[in-house]
Amino acid sequence: MSNQIIQGILLGGYYALIACGLSFMFSVMRIINLAHGSLAVFAAFALWWLASRFHISPLVGLLIVLPLMAATGWALQRFLLERSARGGALLPILTTFGLAIVIDNLLFEQFGADTRSLAPYIGSLSYDSWEWPGSIYVGKLAVIMFASAVILLGGLQLFLTHTRLGRSIRATSEDPDTAGLVGVDARRANAIAAAIAMVTVGLAGAFLGMRATFDPYAGAPQLLFAFEAAVIGGAGSLWGTLIGGIVLALAQTLGAQVHPQGFLIGGHVAFLIVLFIRLSTSGLGLRGLLRLPTRKPT
Amino acid sequence: MSLLAVEDLVVRHGLLQAVRGVSLTIERGETLALVGANGAGKTTLLRAIAGAHQPAAGRVLLSGADLTSVPSHKRVGMGIALVPEGRKLFVQMTVEENLLLGKTTGRPGDWSVDKVLEMFPNLKPRRHAKTGHLSGGEQQATAIGRALMSNPDVLLLDEVSLGLSPLIVDRVYAALQGLIASGTTIILVEQDLNRALAVSDRVICMLEGRVALEGPSKQVSREDVTKAYFGLHRKSPGSVPA
Repeated sequence: MSNQIIQGILLGGYYALIACGLSFMFSVMRIINLAHGSLAVFAAFALWWLASRFHISPLVGLLIVLPLMAATGWALQRFLLERSARGGALLPILTTFGLAIVIDNLLFEQFGADTRSLAPYIGSLSYDSWEWPGSIYVGKLAVIMFASAVILLGGLQLFLTHTRLGRSIRATSEDPDTAGLVGVDARRANAIAAAIAMVTVGLAGAFLGMRATFDPYAGAPQLLFAFEAAVIGGAGSLWGTLIGGIVLALAQTLGAQVHPQGFLIGGHVAFLIVLFIRLSTSGLGLRGLLRLPTRKPT
Repeated sequence: MSLLAVEDLVVRHGLLQAVRGVSLTIERGETLALVGANGAGKTTLLRAIAGAHQPAAGRVLLSGADLTSVPSHKRVGMGIALVPEGRKLFVQMTVEENLLLGKTTGRPGDWSVDKVLEMFPNLKPRRHAKTGHLSGGEQQATAIGRALMSNPDVLLLDEVSLGLSPLIVDRVYAALQGLIASGTTIILVEQDLNRALAVSDRVICMLEGRVALEGPSKQVSREDVTKAYFGLHRKSPGSVPA
């Protein structure tokens, strides 16, 4: 059992990485980016293309892909999301849903339906492991992913609290109009936040490609995992995202122990339990969620 | 040339015309009080000067430069800072973080976190407290300090006494007297007529989006302002009531 728990915690690092950008965009721009998983897959394909075509290791390829993802995030916010957000809260959701379909089908058009992986391009890192006491084997890649998640989330936390730009982003997320009145360019802050979010998406895409296979339509399950981890951890909380990722991964790992098909179901059950607890403690409840009228006292 | 000039400014909220062709000027070092009933257009006028509302017509000039189409964050960098009604602090951030946000534009000047804390000593022990946990007076002091941190040429104060106890209002106004004495240019929106007349050089009374009365504070009687306040007499802008 301890082996499963350790594997679950390490897998939680990957989920935290993929949820980080989703949570960050939601907390700063109040946008639920449904293209999140597709953008991660896009980054994975970009790394695969660099590796297969130019023999550039995915780890080196990140030096090209992460700036590309940052530029993509900046442009998306400036030219698409910002404009759609003016149309109300629902429009950005529909916009990113449409964007996901466009990305998925462009990737399909370009690369076909074959599944790909970055594992062949990272040598033995994809299968090497360390033996821990108690005959527990932990994959080196899983440890690197978890360490990357902790470093990324810690770095983001330090950036947001200790830099002028970080404070500007936090102020914009809290009240964009007042942020403007104290000298913060809210448009710039949002665009930079989107760029940062896309860098985290790029990193998550790289690890997706290294630890598993992907195809042009692999974005939807990644979005689901990211969404579940973000909700479990409390959307907008960076360290909560790590906890959410670990809880999701542990539930999946334990679910797989119960039943061969229990991996995904375990995660969904954990997500639903946390969701209903959150709804009931927030006073919204199922009645509020379904918009049922409250009962009048008799 | 006036430090700040507003020319025939018209601001609409949808179909409602909140400010209807207001013109005013303010010289460097002057304190101008804007008074008027609720809905007279004072806050809208102040927010239009700060760039939070885009006017439908008219101009806002700072040292002769037309700011009318300049966004609010750039106006802060040019020397206009607003202390908004209701303080509008970032409640998830500490006092120090709120103050440092005022430094975002990097406009040069003497104001620093330490200087603000000297001006408002009650904030010193609350420096690392989130502003959502502060009292109303501490929040108002933080809001004023945040605006001062941008080293403004013109400080716009919107209802600084709103919701505060008389004792706290006295403290806030004591701090403002220090600012006025140091030559800070201030436009002050205030419901308390006595305080407005006591601290200002000039007073403008607004009624239904227009200037109903304007004159030096020492020459305008409380009765004149009260009449203008309720629309019992109107004077053209720039005139002093007899």
